[in-house]
Amino acid sequence: MAAKKSAGLDRRKVVAALLAERGDALVVTGLGSPTYDTFAAGDHDLNFYLWGGMGGAAMVGLGLALAQPKRRVLVITGDGEMLMGLGSLATIAVEAPKNLAIAVIDNGHYGETGMQRAHTGRGVDIAGMAKAAGFKSAKTVNTASDLKEWIAAFHRKPGPVFGDIKVSAEPAPMALPVRDGTAIKYRFRTALLGADAQK
Amino acid sequence: MQTDQQTRATVWPDQIFDVLKEADISQVAYVPDAGHAKLINRCQAEKSMRTVSLTTEEEGVAMLAGSWMGGAKGVLLMQSSGVGNCINMLSMFEECRLPLLMIVTMRGVWGEFNPWQVAMGGSTAAALENAGVIVHSVDRAEDVRETVHACTALAFNTQRPVAVLIQQRVIGFKNWSK
Repeated sequence: MAAKKSAGLDRRKVVAALLAERGDALVVTGLGSPTYDTFAAGDHDLNFYLWGGMGGAAMVGLGLALAQPKRRVLVITGDGEMLMGLGSLATIAVEAPKNLAIAVIDNGHYGETGMQRAHTGRGVDIAGMAKAAGFKSAKTVNTASDLKEWIAAFHRKPGPVFGDIKVSAEPAPMALPVRDGTAIKYRFRTALLGADAQK
Repeated sequence: MQTDQQTRATVWPDQIFDVLKEADISQVAYVPDAGHAKLINRCQAEKSMRTVSLTTEEEGVAMLAGSWMGGAKGVLLMQSSGVGNCINMLSMFEECRLPLLMIVTMRGVWGEFNPWQVAMGGSTAAALENAGVIVHSVDRAEDVRETVHACTALAFNTQRPVAVLIQQRVIGFKNWSK
């Protein structure tokens, strides 16, 4: 139903707003549109663009957050990707990293594979799941004013923070970052660790 | 008095712990296995190690990709039945050439009681190798230390995923009578 698809926030504007004040944060993106959205908001050496490993983005974020406790770690992923790793919500809640925040760009569909509906588009409340797992802060973001308020939590509230941001299922223009995994790795680690990246 | 065999059976988890500590392993992700119980306890008691209990093994694979990206070294402790849960997530290590150290306690291959363990136990090594993981197997307790040490060096020096399979002969029989 076209009218339903166009409801919700514009994903590119949402991700651009999320990253406008990223500061020295480390960013992990879930495969598919969130990777493209993050690149479209401005390429950055401290973006770890995932093009695979579906279901793993939040846990990549946990490993990074534990390795770099003084840096904010931001995971930007999709609802289908998050649904594939729901157990990680329990694991992250138990570990309770103060510096980890997860934004789910939720269009309620599998956008890469033909726009099949996801459980999130059929009533499943993943912010409620994160809250029930024990996330310090978990919210469904429906409107521009919700988003404005939640962005402050995303960057500054003690983690783990979770936001399920309801966006339109309208496709966004093509924007593809570097795909080669080793290139992404060396760029990220060199920016973060300097000469130690080669050790 | 302990027999030599019993002594070896009790020291190998301590030897693994010593190798991990010496290698500055700071993140220990695990899905529990009886064979790893002692090592998990040692790691939990060690201040320089953060132990993370997982709901499924693939979480640990993804987590340790993040660890390395952040400049830390980790290890994944698991049972052979969990290897099948990891396969697609391992593609991240192949594509990004990331180091991974997996220490896998075997089930379903030697002195097994539970027939449901046989299928995954029998395909553990091949499944890992097909996913691009270098596999070394240990079937004598006295070889554990050297093999884990060598595999740790191989994983982190060459940035490759490496698995050590601790065979059931090392771990001993699970007692089902009590």
